[in-house]
Amino acid sequence: MYHYSDFDAAFVRERVAQFRGQVERRIDGSLTEDEFKPLRLMNGLYLQLHAYMLRVAIPYGTLNGRQMRQLAMIAKRWDKGYGHFTTRQNIQFNWPKLADVPDMLDALADVEMHAIQTSGNTIRNVTADHFAGAAGDEIADPRPYAELLRQWSTDHPEFQFLPRKFKVAVTGAEADRAVIRAHDIGLQIVERDGARGFRVFVGGGLGRTPMIGKVLRDFLPEEDLLPYSEAIVSVWNLLGRRDNKYKARIKITVHEHGVEEISRLVEERFAQIRPNFSGVDQQMLAAIRKQFSLPDLDDRPTDGFTAAYDSDPVFRSWVDTNVTAHRRDDHAIVSISLKAHGATPGDATSEQMEVMAALAEGFGHDELRISHEQNVILPHVARADLPTIHATLREAGLATANIGLASDIIACPGMDYCALATARSIPVAQDIATRLDALKVERDVGPLKIKISGCINACGHHHVGHIGILGLDRAGVENYQITLGGDGTEDAAIGTRTGPGFAYDQIVPAVERLIDCYLDLREDPSETFIQAYRRVGMGPFKSALYPEKEAARAA
Amino acid sequence: MSRRFTPKVVTANHLMEGDAIWLCEDDSWTRDMSRAEILEDVAHADLRLLHAQAQPHIAVGAYLADAEPTPKGPQPTHFREAFRTRGPSNYDHGKQAEADL
Ligand code: HEM
Ligand code: SF4
Repeated sequence: MYHYSDFDAAFVRERVAQFRGQVERRIDGSLTEDEFKPLRLMNGLYLQLHAYMLRVAIPYGTLNGRQMRQLAMIAKRWDKGYGHFTTRQNIQFNWPKLADVPDMLDALADVEMHAIQTSGNTIRNVTADHFAGAAGDEIADPRPYAELLRQWSTDHPEFQFLPRKFKVAVTGAEADRAVIRAHDIGLQIVERDGARGFRVFVGGGLGRTPMIGKVLRDFLPEEDLLPYSEAIVSVWNLLGRRDNKYKARIKITVHEHGVEEISRLVEERFAQIRPNFSGVDQQMLAAIRKQFSLPDLDDRPTDGFTAAYDSDPVFRSWVDTNVTAHRRDDHAIVSISLKAHGATPGDATSEQMEVMAALAEGFGHDELRISHEQNVILPHVARADLPTIHATLREAGLATANIGLASDIIACPGMDYCALATARSIPVAQDIATRLDALKVERDVGPLKIKISGCINACGHHHVGHIGILGLDRAGVENYQITLGGDGTEDAAIGTRTGPGFAYDQIVPAVERLIDCYLDLREDPSETFIQAYRRVGMGPFKSALYPEKEAARAA
Repeated sequence: MSRRFTPKVVTANHLMEGDAIWLCEDDSWTRDMSRAEILEDVAHADLRLLHAQAQPHIAVGAYLADAEPTPKGPQPTHFREAFRTRGPSNYDHGKQAEADL
């Protein structure tokens, strides 16, 4: 994995020292909150409903055992013994005290981690497919490009005061596991005539005005990545609406000016700045790439695995949902579910983090990933070791076999933590998962993505959930709007609202009616929820959701 | 014609802990909303808010929140403010865990 250069290390330490001084000056009264707030946000520190929250970057979701252990230590020492992994491949600590934050940042710096640029109007943590470097279907590992983009954008003088935040995601496979079409820039590695390059999407985003990214360039040669990205950001930096923060994201700029006009301006700007990139970036890329090489994987027999798979139904069911094909047949990718039925999606205790760290160190070439679906990945494990890994996970309460199923829910913190929330999302997720577990239907239902946000900012990606749930405040009461048909993959789509929302105590039954409706109308068990929705449309689901209306119409 | 003023309390987050606090009549801050000063007059409420905003070493982001006067002291009327008196619903953390409620 990528290791800090001396420059990176000194930079991070200096930022911690600066922030320590700023916290001291805030506490002794020489900084006002208005002066301090932008400084703390630049260091990932938010003030939420019940406490401060520290958001720590996990660039392209990759970390090693030592880093995971340090997160466990930080959670235990300065928080309440757990952390929350987010859809942006970050971890959030929900209970830090202001005076402790500089020490927490120093502890992060000890393991080459930080909280810089996890907020503010900058280019954020660049995200990548969580199976990067391991997936069987990948053209190339997207993380070296993510790292190159990170190095280029971190503290880039032109891009510290952008119209709004800016998010980039990269994937190396056709199957989009990084939701690249919901990012300001989405990059898909492609090959054309033997040359490597990118399909470039621009102007995707969720939030108040959800948009699916549009193709800006079908093929961008690899070596043009930085100048072309810089051209995009700089065109938007000039055109972007600074007058209205709801219209400031590049998705609105693209929408208002049209993708053709943006493309023309970007190409123009690109032609101007391309000569300034003399190839140093390509040397950097080559050096970065060495740090992401595939670990040395031993040849391992798989008969032990096959025997366990054939004899142990619990193990088999876990393998069926939580294990994905690796680029090597004798290896596998393990997704550790942080979605035990009834638990908070994305939360892991310090003890669980330590177990995952130990598994990575013992069996996984010291690599862990955080997925945007709020789970933890062991990207390179031998199939022969899967029975042992599974047994260890079971003891730690981490062997829930539900990856990709209905209870593998994405939920934002909502009004249990977030100061911006209009309703809760976590207990809705907990109750849906608990209900699904009681009904024992989710294996029959098969792949189904439920995503929940506690306000229109859409941190829970509800727009791209097959079933999306948005919590709102309707006249002082929590109310939940449902959307159907959203999709965050290569078939990206924004979900459509079903109609009036549901009260807090009605949302779980409503989701249950949708699932029953699907089970009734699917052609056969191989037709998934989203396929069935695409075939039959909204009608039958609407009737299932609003039976009174249906009855009234029939009367 | 102005709308009738609904009773309020002054609330904020504590600078050091970050948790919810409420302003009392004697100018101290409390972590128990029912001990807060209930403000039934708009001019007085504005004055108390100014007072709170002048204490940046204690209170961050002070604002006026709707509250219902009861014999047991002010109670929240909106669910957001009710959550602030308790803490998150997924764990026994925050005020519900600290106080003997
Ligand atoms: C709890 C503190 C949080 C705050 C204050 C916050 C705030 C926001 C805001 C204001 C936006 C909208 C920005 C815009 O459209 O310009 C946003 C978007 C987003 N947030 Fe959060 N967020 C929080 C937590 C989270 C968490 C926990 C996650 C992951 C689970 C997350 C993931 C996202 C994502 C993916 C978007 C992008 C939506 C888009 O593409 O526009 N956020 N957040
Ligand atoms: S979607 Fe809204 S409620 Fe949820 S974390 Fe984002 S800002 Fe908070």
